[in-house]
Amino acid sequence: MDLAFMAETWLALLAGLPLTLRLAGWSVLCGGVLALVLALMSLSRHPALVWPARAFVFVFRGTPLLVQVFLIYYGLGQFRPTLQAWGVWWFFREAYWCALTALSLNTAAYAAEIIRGAILSVPYGQIEAGRACGMGRLTLARRIVGPIALRQALPAYSNEIVSMVKATSLASIITLAEVTFIAQKLIAQTFRAVEIFICAGSIYLLINIAVTRAILGLEYWLSPHLRAAPREPPASEAAHA
Amino acid sequence: MRIVTTLGAALIAVAAATGALAQGRTVRIATEGAYAPYNFTAPGGKLDGFEIELAAELCKRAKVTCEIVQQDWDGIIPALQAGKYDAIMAGMNITEKREAVIDFSIPYVQEAGSFGVAKDGPLAKLPGDGQVFNFDKDNAGAVKALEAMKPMLKGKTVGVQVSTIHSTFLDKYLKGTVEIREYKTTEQHDLDLLSGRIDAIFASASAIRGTFDKPDFKDYTLAGARFSGDVFGRGVAVGLRKGEPALKKLFDEAIASMNADGSLKALSMKWFKSDITIKS
Repeated sequence: MDLAFMAETWLALLAGLPLTLRLAGWSVLCGGVLALVLALMSLSRHPALVWPARAFVFVFRGTPLLVQVFLIYYGLGQFRPTLQAWGVWWFFREAYWCALTALSLNTAAYAAEIIRGAILSVPYGQIEAGRACGMGRLTLARRIVGPIALRQALPAYSNEIVSMVKATSLASIITLAEVTFIAQKLIAQTFRAVEIFICAGSIYLLINIAVTRAILGLEYWLSPHLRAAPREPPASEAAHA
Repeated sequence: MRIVTTLGAALIAVAAATGALAQGRTVRIATEGAYAPYNFTAPGGKLDGFEIELAAELCKRAKVTCEIVQQDWDGIIPALQAGKYDAIMAGMNITEKREAVIDFSIPYVQEAGSFGVAKDGPLAKLPGDGQVFNFDKDNAGAVKALEAMKPMLKGKTVGVQVSTIHSTFLDKYLKGTVEIREYKTTEQHDLDLLSGRIDAIFASASAIRGTFDKPDFKDYTLAGARFSGDVFGRGVAVGLRKGEPALKKLFDEAIASMNADGSLKALSMKWFKSDITIKS
């Protein structure tokens, strides 16, 4: 293993880091908002809301992300006249927006199920108790269902965020120069696949260490009831006795 | 006398055995399957193209059994080095950088790089008119032809396959003039040319012609001057692992024999509609 070469490679790959982070960050954010809407839709009792949400989740969870990225970029590219007529071609013309769309829609489908499950897991007794105190629907959502569901969702959601960070590597197939794209380019120039992929892998690993630590911290902060109670200090009077 | 005869017989036996070692083996040849007309995947999923037919004929002449395997372009050299197959026939040009890590047979064809553009687009009238300029033989002429094209190319987006002689050319001569977009396969930049995301593609003239023969691309054409020499290397050859002179000899001899009897030219006419074999 050539350490000088690996250090050089690592620095070259860092050039792709901002794009990787931007793709991961924005797709998790946009996908998260969409997921909340989808989860609420599928929990409502109105079939006109339930079925579109279920169909969306079914399609985007059931097909490979690679295929989705490819179809949104190259597939929609074949309908340029229609998209131009609709005035949305400027959006789909850019590889970045296509990648962001595919990643957001994909994560929304998974996250919608996580959120739906978390809301359903709120014990009914707690909701009943809230109602008994005279809480309205909004207050109930804000003070009872929301906080409990959030705590429930966090561990599964951290999985989803971690897999989105890794999924950004698929943007490399549509000419976006993120970390994996640069890695593949370096391999083609130097033919040293092993060293370069070790470096690329370590970058994703570092991002994900930060992500999982942050979510663990959030979990800790949101679950004060699970922490051990602080020990009572011995009463000072007793010492004098 | 008797000793001499025995020795002679032994020598013949040894020679036959070494010959058989090289000739009886199965040679695995990798191709990309996405670079028409060199090699591509036919609608039925079968590999087809100039190099697929060439490989069959070369193996027949070298008396070896061949097996064609498909491999993505960006991993094609590492996998050769890792011993996944024994040879590469994937429109691969001999370049200094590649020669540092693998060996090449003698080249079988050579051709110029060219731009492909929309017939009604702003680049359709690129100056140069299909004339080939060789950087090694006429450097001043090539540079002049390139300079003549620059004002029109300024600010345009050009698609090219990643880590090819064509992307090296754009990086070396047109960086800053055009915006370079790199694709994994030429088929992908063809699709993006069609969708209008890029203004031009840069690839070998025959590969572009192969694409533009399809009905979808009837409104596209080759444009401007074409270039060879310098970064374009010495031609397309069979890529081989270093330190396998026996295999290299088999391919060299088979290519030379096909060049000599005109069958290589016939194959070139069939797939490229022109003779792009290398005249010695």
